[in-house]
Amino acid sequence: MLEEVLLARIQFASTTLFHFIFVPLSIGLALIIAIMQTMYVVKKDEIYLKMTKFWSVFFLINFAIGVVTGIIQEFQFGMNWSAYSRFVGDIFGAPLAVEALLAFFLESTFIGIWIFGWNKLPKKLHLACIWLVSIGTVMSAFWILAANSFMQNPTGYVLQNGRAEMNDVVALLMNEKLWVAFPHTIFGSFATGSFFVVGVSAWYLIKKRKVDFFKKSLTISLVVGMLSGLGIAFTGHAQAQYLMHAQPMKMAAAEALWEDSGDPAAWTLFAKIDVENRETTKRLDIPYMLSYLTYSEFKGKVQGMNALEQQMIEKHGEGEYLPPVKTTFWSFRIMVVTGGTLLGLGALGLFLMFRKKIMESVWFLRLLIVGIFLPFIGNSFGWIMSEMGRQPWVVNGLMKTADGISPNVSAGQILFSLISFSTIYTILGIIMVVLFVKFIQRGPEEQPEEDVSATDPFETGGAGHAIK
Amino acid sequence: MPLSDIWFILIAVLFIGFIFLEGFDFGVGMSTKFLARNDLEKRVVMNTIGPVWDANEVWLITAGGAMFAAFPHWYATAFSGFYLPFVVLLLAFIIRGVAFEFRNKVDSKAWVKTWDWAVFIGSILPPFLFGVFFTSLIRGLPIDGDMNMYASFTDFINVYTVIGGVTFVLLSYLHGLLFIGLKTVDDLRERANAAARKVYALTGVFLVLFIIFTYLDTDAFTDHGAILIPMYGLVVVLYGLLFFFLKTKREGLSFTMTGLVLIIVMASFFIALFPNVMISSMDPAFNMSIADAASGDYSLKIMTIVAFTMVPIVLAYTIWSYYVFRKRLTGDKEHLEY
Repeated sequence: MLEEVLLARIQFASTTLFHFIFVPLSIGLALIIAIMQTMYVVKKDEIYLKMTKFWSVFFLINFAIGVVTGIIQEFQFGMNWSAYSRFVGDIFGAPLAVEALLAFFLESTFIGIWIFGWNKLPKKLHLACIWLVSIGTVMSAFWILAANSFMQNPTGYVLQNGRAEMNDVVALLMNEKLWVAFPHTIFGSFATGSFFVVGVSAWYLIKKRKVDFFKKSLTISLVVGMLSGLGIAFTGHAQAQYLMHAQPMKMAAAEALWEDSGDPAAWTLFAKIDVENRETTKRLDIPYMLSYLTYSEFKGKVQGMNALEQQMIEKHGEGEYLPPVKTTFWSFRIMVVTGGTLLGLGALGLFLMFRKKIMESVWFLRLLIVGIFLPFIGNSFGWIMSEMGRQPWVVNGLMKTADGISPNVSAGQILFSLISFSTIYTILGIIMVVLFVKFIQRGPEEQPEEDVSATDPFETGGAGHAIK
Repeated sequence: MPLSDIWFILIAVLFIGFIFLEGFDFGVGMSTKFLARNDLEKRVVMNTIGPVWDANEVWLITAGGAMFAAFPHWYATAFSGFYLPFVVLLLAFIIRGVAFEFRNKVDSKAWVKTWDWAVFIGSILPPFLFGVFFTSLIRGLPIDGDMNMYASFTDFINVYTVIGGVTFVLLSYLHGLLFIGLKTVDDLRERANAAARKVYALTGVFLVLFIIFTYLDTDAFTDHGAILIPMYGLVVVLYGLLFFFLKTKREGLSFTMTGLVLIIVMASFFIALFPNVMISSMDPAFNMSIADAASGDYSLKIMTIVAFTMVPIVLAYTIWSYYVFRKRLTGDKEHLEY
């Protein structure tokens, strides 16, 4: 049984983390492309059209991989986690079904129309299509997070017939976790798309190629990126406050806090964690900070894992209740550092832009290239913290992860699927990087738009038409 | 009618929509190997479904999500029970989905050839696996008293399920050829229709075999003969009419016929299952009924409201998207997205 649980968890973690490389980039790029195309339609300046088409190359490659890796997500609950699926299907399956009906149909239909409809639709209608795609991606995030929030903080259910059944849809959708996680994830996604455009534009500006084109791209993406950075910070703060009262064990693990903290509580920057002896030494603390993070004021103490574990034993009986402390602790820090760095890069970038010094600041442009990778790191570690910090529960307080797996699926079968999926994902990952590098180097197309007949009804336009 | 029955019908409708729409997508994917003679033709063939295949696949995603939400036990038993076939199915969907996007992104023969194979394999495996899935579902599978399914290779792969799989592959191929006939011009259009006429007989043989083996190998006719016999009778009539429509080159009507045949065949599986969602070959007492598998009434009520609001909207913009791309593709090289 242990083997199966471990393999099924590795599979879920690896496929989900891989899927979540593409999802935030798609959400972010959809918004930025929609903004660019809006500027084209409003300002009627061809350069915005070229920008829309150039950046959509990356969006579409990325979107395709996001779609296909998403199918596995829906299947693997039933395949690897059938006991979990039986237990929560009533309340957890519903948001997934709604997601498909409300969001997947919308984004997949309108992205098809958008790609192939460049010269078939009136300009404004065509513009509406990319906005519908963007809205679809955001709605999709909402519904999947509604499902995930139930795992973190179950609401709107009643335990009957041996499972969690929905009895209050409003409570399910008003789940506090959902309303801190959804904006946090969306801002993180907008930042991912923005800093991709920011970084690629910076590379061109260093090379002094297509300066006008990439300066305009940089401006748009820096503004979106900076606003997203602010959004990430505020919603991150809200998440911490939420955690404090709803999932205190996750918070205590994220702070490697064994005993209750003092009052006011300090936030630990670095520490040496000894899980076996249940102690954390060599802390480098920022005083007052944890109190502020969790209560928005400079006082108040935070419960430690020892006391919380005792409470859980009293409530649920003997057992292991500690999440992987080191993973939770360090994931939290990596996430916070990447988020803070993004905010700094965005602010400094806009400042340099405003002072018209961005072109000379080659060192800073180089930093922006590195900045492409930061949101991906932050996104991944944010999810690692969130999901690892929830352990040993799959549904917090209701079902343990180990009890959720499929009893009829053998370790060998899971290993087979794990190897198959990892292999194909590795290949997809490599291809994506190669294609991205290729299209970044190729740059926006030189030839004017006129040689693609605007009157031909069969013209499909879009980004890829002159590639082969 | 209990809400769980309504959801059983809704899931049937989603799978019917899926097989009707993805049916021609699969057929078009197969045609890249069998029909298209050169790279340009392959691209034209792929572009016929370019704007729509992704949305068509969402019918399956929605059907899966609806199974999860409305019938958690059905979803859990079937998806864990069909573990290995579903791994293969997922791999097929993955390579096909990215192939359309990747294919024309690198100017190399080996690259293009690789993704052509991915399109082909990714288009021929899923209809086969769905045929196997639905035939084995009505044939019965080893499901125990705890609703867990422990199937061996022969539960999935046997004469009946292979006939079911091949029938779906051939019907999809025929459906796809007729779709290409509707969406292209000149030589390609002619050849698509000619290929459809050629594959007509073989598909017909399998269709009849499928009906015969459904009679021999399942309890469907004993339990639901009164509905299934006229349904399969209609299938035979429609398929016979297709012969004349193919001969007289009535493209729209031909395509309608294959569409209707796919729809009725898919519907027949759900009728054969009713009032169960899964049939146990171990003991009829272990059959999983619609009521056993269903979610609570509250959850179903909420989802019914969402479904009855959203499905008409989805249908409306889906129809609009087909209207936008109603014209035939000429194969002007500069104007193909894929």
